[in-house]
Amino acid sequence: MIPFEYRTPKSLKEVHATLKEFGGDAKLLAGGTALVIMMKQRLVRPTCLVSLSAVRGLNGIEIKDGGLSIGGLATHRAVESSALVRRRLPMLAETYHHVATLRIRNMATVGGGLAHADPNQDPPPSLIALGATVKATSATGSRTLALDEFFKDYYETLLNPDEIITEVIVPKQAPNTGAAYIKFLPRTADDYATVSAAAVLTLDKTMKTIADVRIALGSVGVTPVRATAAEAVLRGQPLKAEAFAEAGEQAKQAVDPVSDFRGSAAYKTDMAAVFVRRALEKALADIRQQAKAKAAPKPKPAVKKAVKKGKRR
Amino acid sequence: MNKKIKFRVNGKRHEVEVPTNRMLIDCLRYDLGLTGTKEGCSVGVCGACTVLMDGDMISSCLTLAVMADGHELTTVEGLAKDGELNPVQKSFIQYGGFQCGICTPGQVVAATALLKENPKPNEDEIKDWMMGNLCRCTGYYKIIESIQKAHQFAK
Repeated sequence: MIPFEYRTPKSLKEVHATLKEFGGDAKLLAGGTALVIMMKQRLVRPTCLVSLSAVRGLNGIEIKDGGLSIGGLATHRAVESSALVRRRLPMLAETYHHVATLRIRNMATVGGGLAHADPNQDPPPSLIALGATVKATSATGSRTLALDEFFKDYYETLLNPDEIITEVIVPKQAPNTGAAYIKFLPRTADDYATVSAAAVLTLDKTMKTIADVRIALGSVGVTPVRATAAEAVLRGQPLKAEAFAEAGEQAKQAVDPVSDFRGSAAYKTDMAAVFVRRALEKALADIRQQAKAKAAPKPKPAVKKAVKKGKRR
Repeated sequence: MNKKIKFRVNGKRHEVEVPTNRMLIDCLRYDLGLTGTKEGCSVGVCGACTVLMDGDMISSCLTLAVMADGHELTTVEGLAKDGELNPVQKSFIQYGGFQCGICTPGQVVAATALLKENPKPNEDEIKDWMMGNLCRCTGYYKIIESIQKAHQFAK
């Protein structure tokens, strides 16, 4: 690893000043789990690392406008173990639990992961399916970017070099909404997915018609992808089991995987159809379970066990 | 480019000057002489380099030494207190939780972190927690058994 300056600014203002000082040669450092590996491999050679570790107030997880606001510096572990996330959006807690191993999740941050933009990551498909946006902050102000348009290419996003992801916003989900994220792991439990799929399904009041649906996939292209053709098959249609399989077939249009040791391109394409169908089925089961829990006289708390809240470093 | 950092390792205060590109594991092993922590894969997958930072386990091969500035670290050398092994260490010995031993420091540190949060974990909870600690001798059954029975040695 080539030598570099290491700075620990104490506020966003100082961060922006440091970024300006070093121009495009500086890199922001959050958990470092991705960047440090890339630096070891000399794929990235910054002249300065600007650590965000001393910037306070960017790791909160709270309710905002009925949805969730997650600070850019919240760790993966903080999200997966947050009682709030587990109660409101258990699927999102589960998604973050699926990322790599606990050691990584203790370090890696929500904003850092999204900025890294590896198409094999777990959170992007789930966040896209949930309709999430990110708040990108630069010296001149902030802008909000929809996550389904955020990823541009392999390791490339809409972010400018001077922008920091300060917040991820997951909007309030409509009533009768179920969500699921599933990951195909033929090798090991901590591997990247061969194919992953997230589905967020909303039924209308009658519970017989699909009011809305959002589907996204990971590991099947240069970016995480939203499967709009698959969504179109279902939106506004009566709820039928065959329709999920048809949506899965349509999802193949959105994918363009590469052949590698996790499977051939043809195999991954076929698995994309299967995993979209299964994600939809699981999302539907989630709606039915929520309805059942609501109808039950004494609903049990959704959180099985109290887990220590992730700490700020 | 060097930077002065201050941190506590196994309860002891240290102040060292390190190059900014020094990895935490190298700082522990070569600057402080704490060679218990091992380097396996160097990319955060194998768990051999597990240490605790403020009580949470991290990969010291993915962490720059400068990132540990101001933090509290625990390595395998810090688990025994006053010469007495901790319950996980005793259990690994009693139930044969290792073969060649290279992954053991990481396994023991990770299991210690688990038991702190969950004193009597079941097999699934152990597997979930220990997922990123690889044993290339494949001695997993004995490792799981050692962790499951470690509570017997707790006071």
